[in-house]
Amino acid sequence: MNNGNMLLAAPEFWVLIMACVILIVDLFLSKERRGIIHMLAMLTLVFAAIITARGDYGTGGLASETAFNGSFIRDSMGDVLKLFSYLILGLVYIYSKFCLRQFRMFRADFYTLSLFALLGVMLLISANSLVTIYLGLELISLSSYALVAYDRDSKMGSEAAMKYFVLGSMASGMLLYGMSMIYGATGTLDLQQIAAAVSELGSDNYLLIFGLVFLVVGLAFKLGVVPFHMWIPDVYQGAPVATTLFIASVPKMAAFAMAFRLLQTGLSDLQHDWSQMISILVVLSIILGNLAAIAQTNIKRMLAYSTISHMGFVLMGLLPGTASGFGAGMFYVIVYSMMSAAAFGMIILLSARGVEADKIDDFKGLNQRNSWYAAVMAMVMFSMAGVPVFVGFFAKWLVIKAALDAGLFWLAIVAVVFSVVGAFYYLRIVKLMYFDEPVSEAEIDAPVDFRAAISLNGIMMLGLGIFSSSLIAICMASFGA
Amino acid sequence: MPIYEIVFYVFSLVMLGGAVMVITVRNPVYAALSLVLTFFSASAIWMLLEVEFLAIILILVYVGAVMVLFLFVVMMLDINVDPLKEGFIRYLPAGIVVALLMAGELLVVMWSKGRFEAGSYPIPAASPVEYSNTKAVGELLFTEYLLAFEVAGIVLLVAIIAAVALTLRQRPGGHRQNPSLQVRVQRDERVRLVKMKPEPRQGS
Repeated sequence: MNNGNMLLAAPEFWVLIMACVILIVDLFLSKERRGIIHMLAMLTLVFAAIITARGDYGTGGLASETAFNGSFIRDSMGDVLKLFSYLILGLVYIYSKFCLRQFRMFRADFYTLSLFALLGVMLLISANSLVTIYLGLELISLSSYALVAYDRDSKMGSEAAMKYFVLGSMASGMLLYGMSMIYGATGTLDLQQIAAAVSELGSDNYLLIFGLVFLVVGLAFKLGVVPFHMWIPDVYQGAPVATTLFIASVPKMAAFAMAFRLLQTGLSDLQHDWSQMISILVVLSIILGNLAAIAQTNIKRMLAYSTISHMGFVLMGLLPGTASGFGAGMFYVIVYSMMSAAAFGMIILLSARGVEADKIDDFKGLNQRNSWYAAVMAMVMFSMAGVPVFVGFFAKWLVIKAALDAGLFWLAIVAVVFSVVGAFYYLRIVKLMYFDEPVSEAEIDAPVDFRAAISLNGIMMLGLGIFSSSLIAICMASFGA
Repeated sequence: MPIYEIVFYVFSLVMLGGAVMVITVRNPVYAALSLVLTFFSASAIWMLLEVEFLAIILILVYVGAVMVLFLFVVMMLDINVDPLKEGFIRYLPAGIVVALLMAGELLVVMWSKGRFEAGSYPIPAASPVEYSNTKAVGELLFTEYLLAFEVAGIVLLVAIIAAVALTLRQRPGGHRQNPSLQVRVQRDERVRLVKMKPEPRQGS
């Protein structure tokens, strides 16, 4: 019985308390004063960031420490990922406030549910036992299901939520089945003890391999990589764009952390087995994601397929099982979340009068309507395509380099070839914006915080690209590479 | 044969029978009731293992709450089950393949070395008379699994919030009470004193 230093979970406590506070405060607010909810949510994120960044309330600064009988771990990877989760959730809130107001859906539920999802993200990032991983995941999933169905009168939204719910529950079931097998083989839920037990049992234990297969299937579902990707396009398209913006950015970082904790911390002795399984997922995702995205006319759907290929790249970083590979994967997932937030933010910006600008054609001639926003979108698209100087290029480059270092030449070749294929549909957007005639002449207008956030987000694509070395160094240092 | 073996076999047989009934009977209400029977027998077997707390919880939660709710849904929604059973023959081959795979997996798991071997579980010694199951479970929940316990509570809270957020609708023409207004009401708003001339009694 050793709960350790419970204050290690101080950021989690803070987010939980504030989510409950917002839930209560909303009851006492009239419709006109709901802006307070937004301010409270932003305040929550700022203070969570301060609490996390102080970081020295443990004894050893950056050294990893566990609490709650080893079911919770705090280490530098977790801290960095949490800080970026706050940042990106802050962007999501600024973008979605504008969007929710426009669609008359500005209710406190969005904020409470997404704060609870953030709590799930934080727990998943800091999970050190199978139970914490599962509970964190369920917290994210439950909140996301409700957020997808947030627009209650939309048929598409309800359908998407239903699909998401059924497939997500099945994935959770798979994950639990795998966890139960791992538990059966090792007799412990703690990831470090599992690692010790696995090295004792040896890597040719049938039970462990079976458990691993189910774990990887569950993980692949949650990350949304081929062949477990069927829900991604429908959910991204059907959900209100504010929700899509959320589920396409923040939870992906948690999914990366979960993959790392399960596969590397817990089952690193089975690296030979899981890297084989993951390499299949990676190749299929990169190929199918990029090819299917070309055929889309709905930009939400196109970005969904692009997510699938991006998640393939993230997994490719995990594949070699080396410290530099994990660092590359982490850098990729952070960069991806920022790009994704900016891209969906642009969709929100173009949406007007209660109609989502989710057709690719809505971007036609954006340069003539507003050249700065066109430039922002162009920077995001260049970054997603992996054009040099932009940050997306460095992300892809690091991941591919990690694969090359591990001798996975064929994988690197597939990744490069299909990145080039993928560049087509990103650059098509740029072409539409600069060389086509606009379909609508409507003025693009947004509140000042929105304009500042989207501009900053766009400039980050370029700025982080030029000054990428410090962020890369932070990511690499998290894994001691 | 000792008495507990007889009890074990009787309840296991009833449980298996109940489980088979769940998927074979046509009427969904009977299926739900068979599931209740299955849970009941399982709880009896747990009783045999001296885990009284979990046995009672199984009955309280699954039989008392979940299955009753399930019965409500089945009865109120009037689901026509016949369309659900269409294509039984068509999906049979795929079903058999999946069933065989699962059975094979289970066999592999049971035969693999490690904790699932029968030998790794000796018959536990009977606990002393004053041993409290509930206390042991509670102690574990609030010490070793504290974080998991709390997070499970948060998951339930989110479920409530999500359910309310998705279903609460305030209809424009709905009649709702406003307690605050009701309390603050003044006499003048409700009672109107009318002066009337006295009328002569009728019929006199």
